[in-house]
Amino acid sequence: MHAHAAASAIPYTVEPRPDTGLYNARLGIWLFLASEVMLFGALFSSYILLRVGAPEWPQRQLSIPLGTLNTFVLILSSISVVMAWLSLKRKDFGRFKLWQGATVLLALLFITVKSFEYHDKFTHYFVQTRDGQTYTGHLEGNPFNLKLSRLQALPTPPAEIVFHPDAPAGSHAGAAHPEPLKLKLADLVKLEAFGPWRSTFYAIYFVLTGLHALHVLGGILVLGYFWGPGSRMWFTEPERFTNRIEVAGLYWHFVELVWIFLFPTLYLL
Amino acid sequence: MQEFIIKWLHLPPLASEHGAEVDRLLFYVHLLMVVLFVGWSAFFLYTLWRYRQRRSPGADVVGVRGHLSSYLEVGVAGVEALLLIGLAVPIWARTASAGNFPKPEDSTVIWTIGRQFNWIARYPGPDGVFGRGDVKFVSQQNPLGMDPEDPAGKDDIVVESSEVVVPVGKPVIAYVSSLDVIHGFAVKPLRVSYDAIPGLSNPTWFTPTKEGNFLITCSQLCGNGHSSMRGLLRVVKPAEYEEYLKSKAPVSAGPVSYE
Amino acid sequence: MEQASHAAGHAPPGFWRRYIFSTDHKVVGIQYGLTALVFLFIGYGLIALMRWQLAYPGQPIPLFGKLLLAVLGPDMADKGIMSPDLYNSFGAMHGTIMVFLAIVPLAAGAFGNYLVPLQIGAPDMAFPRLNMMSYWAYFCGGVVMLVSFFIPGGAAKSGWTSYSPLSTVADQTHLVDGQTLWLIGMVFLITSSLLGSINIITTVMQLRAKGLGWMRLPFFVWAQLVTAFILLLAFPPLEAAGVLQLCDNLLGTSFFLPSGLVVGGQPLPVSGGGSPLLWQHLFWFLAHPEVYVLILPAMGIVAEVLANNTRKPLFGYKSLVYSAMAIGFISFLVWAHHMYLTGMGTKISTFFQTTTMLISIPSVIILTTLMLTLWGGSIRFNTPMLFALAFLPMFGIGGLTGLPLGFSATDIQLHDTYYVIGHFHYVVAPGTIFALFAGIYYWYPKVTGRMMNEFWGKVHFALSLVFMNLVFMPMFIQGLEGMHRRMYDGGATYAAGPDVSYGLTLALKLNVGISHASWLLGAAQVPFILNFFWSLFRGKRVESDNPWQATTLEWATPTPPPHGNFLEEPVVYRDPYDYCPDASGRDFRPQHEPDGPRPASPHRPGPGVTPLPHPA
Ligand code: HEA
Ligand code: HEA
Ligand code: CUA
Ligand SMILES: [Cu+2]
Repeated sequence: MHAHAAASAIPYTVEPRPDTGLYNARLGIWLFLASEVMLFGALFSSYILLRVGAPEWPQRQLSIPLGTLNTFVLILSSISVVMAWLSLKRKDFGRFKLWQGATVLLALLFITVKSFEYHDKFTHYFVQTRDGQTYTGHLEGNPFNLKLSRLQALPTPPAEIVFHPDAPAGSHAGAAHPEPLKLKLADLVKLEAFGPWRSTFYAIYFVLTGLHALHVLGGILVLGYFWGPGSRMWFTEPERFTNRIEVAGLYWHFVELVWIFLFPTLYLL
Repeated sequence: MQEFIIKWLHLPPLASEHGAEVDRLLFYVHLLMVVLFVGWSAFFLYTLWRYRQRRSPGADVVGVRGHLSSYLEVGVAGVEALLLIGLAVPIWARTASAGNFPKPEDSTVIWTIGRQFNWIARYPGPDGVFGRGDVKFVSQQNPLGMDPEDPAGKDDIVVESSEVVVPVGKPVIAYVSSLDVIHGFAVKPLRVSYDAIPGLSNPTWFTPTKEGNFLITCSQLCGNGHSSMRGLLRVVKPAEYEEYLKSKAPVSAGPVSYE
Repeated sequence: MEQASHAAGHAPPGFWRRYIFSTDHKVVGIQYGLTALVFLFIGYGLIALMRWQLAYPGQPIPLFGKLLLAVLGPDMADKGIMSPDLYNSFGAMHGTIMVFLAIVPLAAGAFGNYLVPLQIGAPDMAFPRLNMMSYWAYFCGGVVMLVSFFIPGGAAKSGWTSYSPLSTVADQTHLVDGQTLWLIGMVFLITSSLLGSINIITTVMQLRAKGLGWMRLPFFVWAQLVTAFILLLAFPPLEAAGVLQLCDNLLGTSFFLPSGLVVGGQPLPVSGGGSPLLWQHLFWFLAHPEVYVLILPAMGIVAEVLANNTRKPLFGYKSLVYSAMAIGFISFLVWAHHMYLTGMGTKISTFFQTTTMLISIPSVIILTTLMLTLWGGSIRFNTPMLFALAFLPMFGIGGLTGLPLGFSATDIQLHDTYYVIGHFHYVVAPGTIFALFAGIYYWYPKVTGRMMNEFWGKVHFALSLVFMNLVFMPMFIQGLEGMHRRMYDGGATYAAGPDVSYGLTLALKLNVGISHASWLLGAAQVPFILNFFWSLFRGKRVESDNPWQATTLEWATPTPPPHGNFLEEPVVYRDPYDYCPDASGRDFRPQHEPDGPRPASPHRPGPGVTPLPHPA
């Protein structure tokens, strides 16, 4: 190794390079998003292929109100990230804190709603009896993701389970709810929650939304960091900090965009 | 010609009609390859000798003049296009595309179904119709899960001994499928090869021209028995074929395995 | 992502930050290189053992048989005999390790990392910290893959292609089986490649030295750039596929499992409704572009070495660049030529046959161009050049044998036979590996300040060339005779016999010869390995920073380059391969050299510098 290290500051970390008009991180994030597009693109294509190949495809399985709510939440959050960035451009650090905080809170709200939706699925059951009867509905006490095998494995397996079937499809809300059924454990051949194993629809639903939720969580970490400890950089290197907020914002817009595709494909179509 | 191709390319002796075309294409492509390779190798070796440093101490910076290279490249492209349009596509259209299949009534229609690790052959029986099936009927006696209620299935013949028998000189339409994982139904001397994919049944057709026992190779990795998943395609005289079917005809209703 | 600049801090870092968790692109490159060479060695070890089973089916493996038995237990290697499952594991892992853990990390990770910033006159990668992370992601992926050999049930055994349903049903006794670890390992490797490719692209676009226009980039940099784009866009779909298959294996979903599967006589208890072909489409959408990732950097290396040792500019630099771009683009449109026999209508197969023929054109152009570069040159036959030269016909054979595979009609006879094995090994083994050897011998002095030994280099070359061909040439005959790949007993089950009209004969005899050649091929690497380490300490010191009298920027740095690479910011004045005798009797002009009389400078070679270490 030579004793004297050469000048090694990496150019264009803050100011854009004239001929490309980009600073490094900005190009970097665009490339990253390109690969993300390929990732979700592949999953969407899989969705289409599976759906085209399926004899019948379950529809309207998900709560449209909750989905709509989450859509609004994300749209709001993508406004607030922009505002956060603009306030930095306007050198208004206080405002930035507010908007950035708002974004993080909205993101958390999104995750909360989503987890409720998931929870509903894992407490909603499909059962099949020996004589080929099938029901969908809830179990007494709303157990989470119960499995037939696990029930049978219990030291003292319950002789029978109390099952509340769903109201028949199409019947409006007020309609009389069907009577709870008492099903003998011995008669059951299948009992499973509406998890990803239920059908290819649920499989692709959980994978797509799950992967998206992971992106949201990642966003919460990044945005939260720049809201909290990371924001100290504002006082040392304001330009670079502003750039970081912009880059994080670009990422967040992508996450939001993905949801804009997910919502109709999974909830409405 | 055919003989020469087979000798030169070390191909298995041909035993099917369409195989001749496959071989011809193989031959032309390899001809192109050899010409290109020998030609370029000659150029290559000469250049290395002619322009080694001792013999040409100073490089001629411009090097090759003229458009020779472009002509060469266009040439290669041209020949490839020729082979593609002239042979490859038509052959595939004749042998693989649904449009050009022979009529079922004047051909032998069978199912060849892969399973870890042997082959199941299925014949429609006298009525020439295959019965319905469903997983829920699957059992040791009924590996294909054929519907006992379906009359069409009553006379179907199912042979589980990795033996497929077809008459010579008449088109065979084989529906290739699988029960578990992906297998490959390959009969080299007949230039037949098709993936056996669970959930699909791919039709392929060929006309055996020689009698004999031809090995069925499983061409797709299918587990630890892959290398030993060997079947036999017996091409026999039509009369013998009829005999065979009679001997295998189900005695009771519903398919039974004869092993 | 933009922690960049302070990562490349100035204060001399301690041991760990300097050699282990370094962010210096050169150290990262070297880490990539050594790790990849070790994996290359492991990949070879696996196949060396498989080749015994292929040559002498069912006989205990000498020496290593006992070792396998001791380490993996009787159900894998009873009495030292390789079990079918073990064979399948080794086969799948040989492919995986060679492609994803040896060749790509060596070609893109090591050479790309070390050379791209140097050749474009940059102080480091654009995102040094990401660069370090990409190496460690790769490292973790490798560890996961290696660990999978030792878990109950053994490593993945469904081929490097991991076709479903086999990969899901292959091992139903263990929930977390080799396939699961394979998928997890792949996620690490994919992440690594993504970080790496983002880094390369950003670096090339943003950090080019003053005056280094696009058409002044060395072809090697172009090759790396296209490669990075391919990795960036082709890998995510495989990641998606991996996630889906992981769900099939762990959560009981049915993405790739059709309805009505009957495994071992029992209906499989899954919802069904999936598609096995979906996996193949997603896999090959990556894996075909991937194969060009294996070859493009190799072509880049060969181009550099050829230009330097013919002492003349590359013939048709522009057509090289455009061809590389064309390959990168078209490689996304040919994937289904691996699936001709899965049931394809005439239209689709015509489309993919056409694109397959189309993509062969740019390869033809590249090869032709490189060949014509030799014409009129003043060729120096040093070790790097020998390997680079051998690359041409070897890739030629591999490429040409791709053509009969490219026609669906002929693929009927060749699909999944040893003809395919021969085809792609000619491209990746005597092709890519030779190019990589050329690169190692060529840039070794820049990295270490010492030359590798010429004599042993030539021995290494001669032996490798002979045995590579003895290994792979017979495979074409085996394939044409009808011997299929992934056969545990090397096709013995299909041997000719009294009860069959036709069976394998010659192919089975060839197995034995091939195996012995493959072991000798391994032995032929000993001179290289010794030379490699011996030269580190005993190798002849370079007298100048530019021992090969080359023109590109990496030779304008001190040797080895310090942290930050260039003593003063380089400026580029000319094209990459400006070889032409000038007044001073010197036949090359470095890119950073202004016209007119050359300013003397401590770290640049004076006119007519050091005599070359090649015995003419
Ligand atoms: C670096 C890797 C690499 C490269 C560059 C290529 C290049 C090509 N490959 Fe190959 N291929 C693989 C790696 C590669 N392949 C692998 C790994 C597999 C198997 C995967 C698996 O199943 O496990 C495979 C399988 C494969 C298949 C599937 C076969 C099957 O499974 O049935 C096909 C089919 O079309 C194909 C075609 C081609 C074609 C047309 C090219 C073309 O791009 C080639 C173009 C080049 C030329 C045409 C050469 C030009 C030569 C000259 C001009 C003469 C030169 C002469 C001298 C120098 C003396 N390849
Ligand atoms: C880049 C990819 C690559 C490379 C380089 C190789 C290299 C080799 N491969 Fe492999 N191979 C594959 C990719 C590759 N392979 C794939 C994808 C498959 C398909 C798998 C499947 O079916 O799923 C396959 C399958 C395959 C088969 C078929 C197995 C079967 O179908 O049952 C065979 C059979 O002979 C084989 C042999 C060889 C041999 C002899 C080499 C030799 O060329 C090896 C040469 C290498 C060396 C001799 C090692 C040199 C070592 C060093 C230089 C280390 C130095 C170390 C230090 C300095 C620390 N390979
Ligand atoms: Cu069945 Cu291989
Ligand atoms: Cu390919």
